[in-house]
Amino acid sequence: MKKLLLSLAMAVLCAAPAFAAKDSTELKMATTTSTADTGLLDYLTPIFKADTGYDLKYVSVGTGAAIKHGENGDVDILLVHAKKSEEKFVADGFGVERFEVMYNDFIVVGPKDSLPYSNDVKATLAQVFEKKVNWVSRGDDSGTDKKEKAIWKSLNINPAENPNYKESGSGMGASLSMADELRALILSDRGTFLKMKNDASVKLDLDIICEKAPDLLNQYGVIAVNPAKYPDTNIKAANAFIEWITSDKVQKIIADFGVDKYGQGLFVPNAKK
Amino acid sequence: MVEMVSEFISLLKSVGAFHAIYVTLLMGFVATGISTCLGITFGLLLEKYHFPFKNAVLRVNKTLMGVPPVVIGLVVYMLVMRRGPLGVFELLFTIPGMIIAQVLIITPIITGMVHTVAQKQAPQMRAFAKSMGANEKQTFWLVIRELRSEMYFAVITGFGRSISEVGSVMLVGGNIKASTRTMTTAISLLKSQGIFTEGIFLGVVLLLMSFLLQMLVEYFRKEENLNENF
Repeated sequence: MKKLLLSLAMAVLCAAPAFAAKDSTELKMATTTSTADTGLLDYLTPIFKADTGYDLKYVSVGTGAAIKHGENGDVDILLVHAKKSEEKFVADGFGVERFEVMYNDFIVVGPKDSLPYSNDVKATLAQVFEKKVNWVSRGDDSGTDKKEKAIWKSLNINPAENPNYKESGSGMGASLSMADELRALILSDRGTFLKMKNDASVKLDLDIICEKAPDLLNQYGVIAVNPAKYPDTNIKAANAFIEWITSDKVQKIIADFGVDKYGQGLFVPNAKK
Repeated sequence: MVEMVSEFISLLKSVGAFHAIYVTLLMGFVATGISTCLGITFGLLLEKYHFPFKNAVLRVNKTLMGVPPVVIGLVVYMLVMRRGPLGVFELLFTIPGMIIAQVLIITPIITGMVHTVAQKQAPQMRAFAKSMGANEKQTFWLVIRELRSEMYFAVITGFGRSISEVGSVMLVGGNIKASTRTMTTAISLLKSQGIFTEGIFLGVVLLLMSFLLQMLVEYFRKEENLNENF
């Protein structure tokens, strides 16, 4: 027994430096749940590795938490979608520069015939409040949640006054399942919705209630964490990623992602040259 | 300073932390209560009676003592979801649903602990009671009384498990604000928003609750012991 413990301790000691050592071929990214839940990042990671030699390691959390990871210097790069917070991140000196990568759009989904189909998200949300329709809100300060709150605010409505308004405090996928279970409406990004509708083991019984409204666009930006603030971040890998993802080749890959499976792309690339 | 405190409190309110304390306690007491009744009964029955495949039952119970709560959560979720076999009862995202999951998690733990101590001590007690001429019922109560402090320990362990658990209540309860959000799921939500200080504060409140409960139990046990000694 003693021998076993000893060898275990030795193994840990030997392994420790391996964990601590700075692996310069590793790029640590904090990103939002939507890029991971749709499978886009898993799809891109091996291509990135083949093209540049860097290993992409990402954590997918809400935008608020992702930016916090960046502010703490825990990661080398951010791929998120909350323009105002991103610009503040750069202005505060945590990020180098923000580059636009792609966008997807938000949609309102709900049980079929719960509300008439529309292209005006404000009208739809106003109806939700008026008719006291079931509504699930993320309530987790994510990019999607911020978007939803902004729309409620522009309508001068406090959605919590609707007795059938619920805050899930969970990610997009879990919240969609909840809306499905509660027969509620919910604001979702198109990618996660399509994926859940197709791939979940219990298929979502929800349909699009509102889409293609101009205020429902969801722009993703990529920002390298500022090496002036955190010198041990891997800025070389971060810059390589930015250059790579905004290149014509990868932008085309993003445009095609999901077309074969869902009949439509999940993201629309729009990197500026 | 006052401003800081009020900001701190408003942040806690924004995630419904105070209601979460109520939900945690309610769920903890009810789930532990049910599990205690079931667990002590099963534990004692398993010790006293012999039947075919008893060892297999014991082994399954020991395995369930270590089952990941998130797995139980998933199983209960699939049972009570709208298109699940128990969907008509509409238990998903409700406190009763969370209690079902917790009872499934805690009962094996209490059963296992009670069985283990009973197996060790009950046979001697029964022999002693018999030699003193006690009848069946008296013997039963003697065993219960003598194993009291071990049972307290099992119940406290169950309660601790209940209030600290996050996996199953997140899945079955859905972490709905001011409804099924518990302290642990509130902490997990705060973390996902990048808010750490308030999360730690909630964690400390949780620890305090556990501490107070232990003090209380300890106090009652002492009272009883004193009464007995006089």
